[in-house]
Amino acid sequence: MELIQYALDNLDLLTSRTIEHIALVGVAVGIATLTGVPIGIAITKNERLAKAVLYVASIIVTIPSIALFGIMIPVLSLIGQGIGYLPAVIAVLLYSQLPIIRNTYTAIHNVDPALREAARGIGMSQNQRLRMVEIPLAVPVIMAGVRTAVVLNIGVMAIAAYIGAGGLGTFISRGISQSDPRQLIVGAVAVSLLAILVDYALLAIQKRLTPKGMERAAETA
Amino acid sequence: MIRLDNLTKVFDTPKGAVTAADHISMEVPSGEICILLGPSGCGKTTTLKMVNRIIRPTSGKVFLNGEDTTDLDTQDLRRSIGYVIQQIGLFPNMTIEENITVVPRLLGWDKAKYKERARELMRMIALEPDAFLKRYPSELSGGQQQRIGVARALAADPPVMLMDEPFGAIDPINRAVIQDEFLKMQQALKKTIMFVSHDIDEAIKMGDRVAVFREGRLVQYSTPDDLLAAPKNAFVESFLGEDRALKRLNLVKVREVVSDEIGTVRPGDTLEQALARIDDFGYQNSILMVNDKRQPVGLITRALARTTKGYCRDHFQNVPATVALNDDLRKVASLMFAQDTTWLPCVDDEGRVCGQITQRAMTHHLGSRFRPTQEDDTPTPDAAIKE
Repeated sequence: MELIQYALDNLDLLTSRTIEHIALVGVAVGIATLTGVPIGIAITKNERLAKAVLYVASIIVTIPSIALFGIMIPVLSLIGQGIGYLPAVIAVLLYSQLPIIRNTYTAIHNVDPALREAARGIGMSQNQRLRMVEIPLAVPVIMAGVRTAVVLNIGVMAIAAYIGAGGLGTFISRGISQSDPRQLIVGAVAVSLLAILVDYALLAIQKRLTPKGMERAAETA
Repeated sequence: MIRLDNLTKVFDTPKGAVTAADHISMEVPSGEICILLGPSGCGKTTTLKMVNRIIRPTSGKVFLNGEDTTDLDTQDLRRSIGYVIQQIGLFPNMTIEENITVVPRLLGWDKAKYKERARELMRMIALEPDAFLKRYPSELSGGQQQRIGVARALAADPPVMLMDEPFGAIDPINRAVIQDEFLKMQQALKKTIMFVSHDIDEAIKMGDRVAVFREGRLVQYSTPDDLLAAPKNAFVESFLGEDRALKRLNLVKVREVVSDEIGTVRPGDTLEQALARIDDFGYQNSILMVNDKRQPVGLITRALARTTKGYCRDHFQNVPATVALNDDLRKVASLMFAQDTTWLPCVDDEGRVCGQITQRAMTHHLGSRFRPTQEDDTPTPDAAIKE
């Protein structure tokens, strides 16, 4: 009861922190999608390059977020942005690359060779094949990658509160430093709920973006 | 017309160069179906796919309607050739209409024109346009999907079509139906078609000509009947199977074998007269009785005519079966076996008796053109093969 009371008392702050959190993750994953999808498509043309890119992206994900923020402080301090918004966005951007690139790569790579041959045999150029066949078919899997990135990074972004990026992590960091379990738990629950709700919202978008004729196939998958 | 001139494909593999197609030269005349036939790995598919550059030739040329395609843009070339593959390859994200109209849309047709074309094609493949155009491939059966695959290939009315085992993935009953439909369509469309198959029966049924491949080489190129009658070497002979003479039954029509000499009796004739006629014509067992319109109405058997007195109209047996001039010999043979007879009366379109077909005539017809395996150095019967 005490927790709910606390949450209600601080509803304004909770709301603004949540919006802040969503905005940070949204901008970062948005940019990550704009870079990751083209990279994922590009590397389907070269298997060795694909291996290298996916390897690097995997390594990035293994760097603990705290360490990543630590590394960025001196580097970004050179342009006066050592802490705050920019390093948080960059970290999420980097972490998002793996699920988005990997899913894009896998989805395009796994397009039925018969469809690719039919598309070629019909006389589609490479770009037409991508635009008319391969990308529409890959959309559900690409969107699944975006969802993974978003959920993963809602958690990462909570830690970015330590470098002053704001967001729901502020409740958690203050809860720890002030030994206030109310703030800590409200922050943690809010982060989890946000992750779950956003995941559902994105799933709904994914279903809308799935080409109609594939709905049945997508459901059984 | 499709002409291949020394078309060759060498694949570089870790184990060294493999020649998948070795100096293939052949010509498919306009409006004909040419079946590329052979066991897997014989080069038939490679050869087909070099025509639309799905596989790039190592050397050699492809001519379409006399024009060298070497310098044509790959996309333009492919859009001018219909392409059907075994896996069908309908785009699951597109409706049937979008699938069928994909080539016209690539070619920049205007909307009204390609929409009308889609309806026309659906009628051609006997699928109701209103019921199917807005549906998606996943909602259709395999046979329906393959019909759509053929319609998509025909959409821009290409003079030439390439078909890679197009009916291979369809169950046998539907396959026969689709084959028949396709042949009927082809009679009107007169496309020049290259068609890969590994099924000898399909090749005989569908092909105006058959090209047999082995290990990257074109071994024999001839009409189905020539192929069966005179396989060029032991490989072709074994590939065709030991029953190749029987397979020819499919290819020969009754009109090629029928003898128009047939003795008959009328209902008003006496059995004595019938017996005399049976002896005159040298028949062993029986003679056909026809009515005033020369339609077959019964049989008078020798045994009965010898022992009984009276008129034919009172003592006849039913005619077991008749055959039409356009039936193939396979049907005739089947009827003969079923009825335990060595001859059958033959009727014309109006049902009038116009002759008879005997087992002897059939075996003679097939046997007269049936030759044992030729030696490899005999000149090929078909000039299209350049050694």
